Amino acid sequence: MGRALGVLIWLLTIGSVWLFVNGRWWLPPYISEHGPAYDRQFLITIIVVGISFVAAQVGLGIAVWRYGSRGDRRERAVYSHGNNRLEIVWTAITALIFITLGLMGQRVWAQLHLNEAPAGATKVHVVAQQFQWNFHYPGADKTFGRTDPALVKDAELNFVGLDEQDANAKDDQVVTTLAVPVGRPIELTLQSKDVTHDLFVPELRYKQDVVPGMAIKMHFTLTKEGRFELACAELCGQLHYKMKSYLIALPANVYDELVALPQAQFQGRITQLIKEYPMGIKQGAATTAAR
Amino acid sequence: MEEATTPIEPTAAAAATQAEAAEAGHPAAAGAHEPHGHHSPPTGFIRKYIFSIDHKVIGIQYLLLAITAAFIGMFMSVLMRLNLTWPGHKWTILETLFPLGAPGGVMTPEFYLSLVTMHGTIMVFFVLTTAPQGGFGNYFLPIQVGAEDMAFPVLNMLSFWVTLVGLVVLISAIFVEGSTILGNTDFVNNFLGGGGTGTLGPIGGWTGYPPLSALGKIAGPGQGAGATLWITSIAIFCIASLLGALNFITTLLNMRTRGMSLMRMPLTCWSWFTTAILALLAFPVLLAAGVLLLLDRHAGTSFFIPGGLVFSDAVLPNKGGSPILWQHLFWFFGHPEVYIAILPGMGATSHILSTFARKPVFGYRAMVFAMFAIGLLGFFVWGHHMFISGMDPRTSIAFSVLTLSIGVPSAIKTFNWLGTLWGAKIRFTVPMMFAIGFVSLFVAGGITGLVLGQTSLDLFIHDGYFVLAHFHLVMGVAAIFGMFAGVYFWFPKMFGRMMSERLGQLHFWPTFIGVYGIFVPMHIMGIVGMPRRYASFQEYDFLRPLDPLVMLVTIAAIVTAAAQFIFLFNFIWSMFKGERASGNPWEATTLEWVTPTTPPPHDNFGGHLPTVYRGPYEFAVPDAPEDYVLQTTPDAAAGNVAAHAAGQGVQGSSGNGHNGQH
Repeated sequence: MGRALGVLIWLLTIGSVWLFVNGRWWLPPYISEHGPAYDRQFLITIIVVGISFVAAQVGLGIAVWRYGSRGDRRERAVYSHGNNRLEIVWTAITALIFITLGLMGQRVWAQLHLNEAPAGATKVHVVAQQFQWNFHYPGADKTFGRTDPALVKDAELNFVGLDEQDANAKDDQVVTTLAVPVGRPIELTLQSKDVTHDLFVPELRYKQDVVPGMAIKMHFTLTKEGRFELACAELCGQLHYKMKSYLIALPANVYDELVALPQAQFQGRITQLIKEYPMGIKQGAATTAAR
Repeated sequence: MEEATTPIEPTAAAAATQAEAAEAGHPAAAGAHEPHGHHSPPTGFIRKYIFSIDHKVIGIQYLLLAITAAFIGMFMSVLMRLNLTWPGHKWTILETLFPLGAPGGVMTPEFYLSLVTMHGTIMVFFVLTTAPQGGFGNYFLPIQVGAEDMAFPVLNMLSFWVTLVGLVVLISAIFVEGSTILGNTDFVNNFLGGGGTGTLGPIGGWTGYPPLSALGKIAGPGQGAGATLWITSIAIFCIASLLGALNFITTLLNMRTRGMSLMRMPLTCWSWFTTAILALLAFPVLLAAGVLLLLDRHAGTSFFIPGGLVFSDAVLPNKGGSPILWQHLFWFFGHPEVYIAILPGMGATSHILSTFARKPVFGYRAMVFAMFAIGLLGFFVWGHHMFISGMDPRTSIAFSVLTLSIGVPSAIKTFNWLGTLWGAKIRFTVPMMFAIGFVSLFVAGGITGLVLGQTSLDLFIHDGYFVLAHFHLVMGVAAIFGMFAGVYFWFPKMFGRMMSERLGQLHFWPTFIGVYGIFVPMHIMGIVGMPRRYASFQEYDFLRPLDPLVMLVTIAAIVTAAAQFIFLFNFIWSMFKGERASGNPWEATTLEWVTPTTPPPHDNFGGHLPTVYRGPYEFAVPDAPEDYVLQTTPDAAAGNVAAHAAGQGVQGSSGNGHNGQH
């Protein structure tokens, strides 16, 4: 029985490791500047986790394989209450490894969250509502028009409550797809009209809750062109699983042309871009556009 | 296997130990524990089995409640897997069972989300918190410390019945939302916010984040009466757990028998004690949060509802609330709750591993300290559930580093379990199989905390299947393995009959393989980016490559669920038809195995409280007549054990050195 259990533990260990290393399933390719650092930290952590997991399971397997009772009533196990030196050694080693890993694991976070977006970053306001993403662009004047929840009229497509009377609002555009330039810092300001949502683009290596009553800023720089699925990752109600949009990462010049378009043509151009860009990283495009 | 039911008579040695114990500041040493009149057993059926104040009956009541809840929760999880694996498939049986939730046999997304919510709530509160602590803790804590009952037997009875009311209120959420008739009664419409939306309760997940959970019907289906009953149920449960925790702590501190110093307690008692402290400090916070949420829902307050919310083009009148406040309160409870679920499993595993390894627990003192360290640190890491919530990112860094450091005491426990098995003579009984399974699953589930605890890595991995895999393995499945180990181990004492070993093995193997098959692939889904709480994965191209894994997990889940019926059958069958158990069938050492009868009499020890002479895990003592020495065996009868362990369950140096000396 002990041997069978030992073998089973090893087989389950091998099976588990295989799922991680077979190469078929892994993180999607990254498209942001902090992507490589994220992926490196993830890999290092998974390796530490993997080694610890395998060591513990192999040890457990060896123990149950080796130390089974033979049913002889005179046999005795080793009489021991422990070993303080061993306790100190393994406590110190695990503390060192775990806390080092913990400190390393703050780097990407600090880089994204403890710094403001660089001056001149491209700004887009994100306004989430139950089962729809709205993206508000400031237009050619780079100034966002005034918004007010009281002005929201979904039926008239004023999803963000834009004040049409405000001079700054004249050239603003609001669409349901996020188009942003590659190679320039981007700052999104996240707001929700109703419940908590979460903006998640797997390739971006970024998840951020969109909390009603708050305007949360996130910034990043894209390094690759393409079109990517944008999902809601915080349960927001009935159709949460369908709250989908796209992130289109455009060359800077294409983006500049897009935002210069008058409101009437903006949506049409976005629809065209969705068709132009098949899903995923755009093949053959320069990986890092000029800053 | 022999009878070890000798009643413990007070002896001269007992008097000597009493003096020793008094020196150690032991409260029971004053000899306050003579048989009391109020401990004569009740005679009527109702007082004996229904409104019983006997901790043993209450323990069994808790256990039966948890087993019932576990099967309901498991049934829900299988329904979820069916929907995820065969989206849009027509299940005739579903339409029959839930005409509103699955019209035409196809599950609606809101029905799916209500399954998510109810599965989580039932499992976390009414299984993981109830069975290990309320069930086994109630039954065995008083016996293991040598007490006649809990400190407050009536309070104990109340805590069970309040828990049951909590479960009934929760289950009633299924009916007010699932039925148009019940959901449209005046009471439901006027007082609970209206139901009949075709769900099985609320759809906000067991974490119930506001504003979704705070706004009532405008936030969507399931957010009316179902959500009101759901949060009411949780508040009721908090009260029950508080009552229970008070009892556990008082009993353990005040009612230990002669010689039972703290450091002679079985590790199970330490785990129930630590858990009770966590419950005492964590549940009031959730209770407060729950009351505030109820006020937001029904009294027009805005604790969690910020200003300027817009629904159907209308601005809500609320102002000034904070959705993140709820998350702080919830997780201040929620993280310790994880340890409330798992610590008793750790205690049971240590206890059972030592018994069947026929070897003392390796590093008893380190185990106690590690358990306390886990409990203490557990109160300072709640923020790791909230890295991406919009909370101050600098705070996240502090939470993150503290979180990683909680891995250290967890690793200590794992090392000590392996140390206990090293050099053992293992008897592979069913409880031992599950205890070994616990160690394997605790490592598999716990170790990925190193990934999730890092702020940076949460940028991608948070709120996805990686988290789901992590906490299901560790607080779900490992904890449940601890419970299975406990059931198989203590069943003979609780019911006087053995559970079938053969059926137990038949239960263990598919369950152990099955849970790996369910939860390891979920890590991979998380790495690919699969988000939690999705009623369907059909909308997203990037999830397509995971289809074979989704199928694999579902097959594993169905096999695992089916195997649980072997357990259920074994449990019920053995209760009536199992082989009669002797008083100490496992040749174990602690006080539950020295009761004069099996199951123990009403006052546990037949009027003669035992005296304890040594630590709890004296196995393989050189020169002792048997390979185990009961805690109650006087020193003279125990061979050289006194010289070895000096009556304390503490570590010496490595064991080999002892053999030569005697």
